[in-house]
Amino acid sequence: MAHDHHHDHDHSELSETELRVRALETVLTEKGYVDPAALDLLIETYEKKVGPRNGARVVAKAWADPAYRARLIKDATPAIAEIGFAGRQGEHIVALENTPQRHNMVVCTLCSCYPWPVLGLPPVWYKSAPYRSRAVSDPRGVLADFGVSLSKDVDIRVWDSTAEIRYLVLPMRPAGTEGWSEEKLAELVTRDSMIGTGLAKQP
Amino acid sequence: MNGGQDLGGTQGHGAVHPEPNEPVFHAEWEKRAFALTLAMGMPGGWNIDAGRFARENRPPGEYLAMNYYQIWFAALELMSKERGLVAEDEIIAGHSLHSPKPVKRVLSPDDVLKVLHRGGPTERDTNTKAAFRPGDKVRMKNINPPTHTRLPRYVRGHVGEIERVIGCHVFPDSNANGTGENPQWLYTVRFDGCELWGAQGDPTSTVSIDAWEPYLERK
Repeated sequence: MAHDHHHDHDHSELSETELRVRALETVLTEKGYVDPAALDLLIETYEKKVGPRNGARVVAKAWADPAYRARLIKDATPAIAEIGFAGRQGEHIVALENTPQRHNMVVCTLCSCYPWPVLGLPPVWYKSAPYRSRAVSDPRGVLADFGVSLSKDVDIRVWDSTAEIRYLVLPMRPAGTEGWSEEKLAELVTRDSMIGTGLAKQP
Repeated sequence: MNGGQDLGGTQGHGAVHPEPNEPVFHAEWEKRAFALTLAMGMPGGWNIDAGRFARENRPPGEYLAMNYYQIWFAALELMSKERGLVAEDEIIAGHSLHSPKPVKRVLSPDDVLKVLHRGGPTERDTNTKAAFRPGDKVRMKNINPPTHTRLPRYVRGHVGEIERVIGCHVFPDSNANGTGENPQWLYTVRFDGCELWGAQGDPTSTVSIDAWEPYLERK
């Protein structure tokens, strides 16, 4: 019962929001401030084109090409632009290399800063209070929520994105992937492995 | 501001629940709210820091109860109203009732990809010198402005080490309140887990923030 009540409550709240969003869009369109075709294109871009597959291509290339990896670590923004990814919420990107001794994890405790050109829009959990509150104070506990357990020998480095620098984790390349193509390697790269709440998939 | 948005180290929020195969948007209105927010930046003329302040400047209970796109949308309504672009009676009517205010530019479909690709870089030229170098020990100032700041509460008063001098970047504390970009040197500052969290800290973890020079004092 409690669950049903909660659901109904959410539903009516969202309906009101839904009506207001529709109303504001109509008003702004009638006043000539927004062009609905531009809105459609913005949505299509982030729903269909820009997402973690972009970041996976960057990571796979770094795994396969040591010279590219070096450029990425030195200055990630131009290295990522080489593949064609750049712009909004990725104007200043830093790549963080995981090693057997160090695991990197990224959060934005103050809002929802996230490297859009390589990861797309953030998932709900990334913007949620549980993640934003605990990533900095209890990173191993947060990793456990994701089913990830790291040895105590591994230092965990948490990066709180408080400015306009956006962080992309370069996960460790799984063993047993020697000689794989970039396309095949990219399939092992998960979104969470590039945030630091997961590891790359094993082959 | 010490608002509901400043969540680092707060407790009682429970476990993180990742959603398997999560869609980019969970409802049609989220898509429209997202796109409206991006598109209105141009005619609205506000900057990203003013936008962040409009999102966080509400009672913490309200902030925490809202879905993230509800927060975005609430900020969009607020900023549009503050600048006289829309009025509440129009939102209730669902139609324009007052003549439009002239705006400089509107985002056209032809410009969308170009504008996204260009983004909004925040690094600025400067003839000042950075006051700190990598390895310097710094204490984060204990500031509590009721206005926008990007210095989270959980590091205030704590000592960290400069890890990297990033460059000179737009200062959000000024930019958010309309007093200009006021670019300042920006640093990555690293803290030991136990410096921040005492006995509850994880000695194998470190945390960094990116902090502008006005937030720092030499230790």
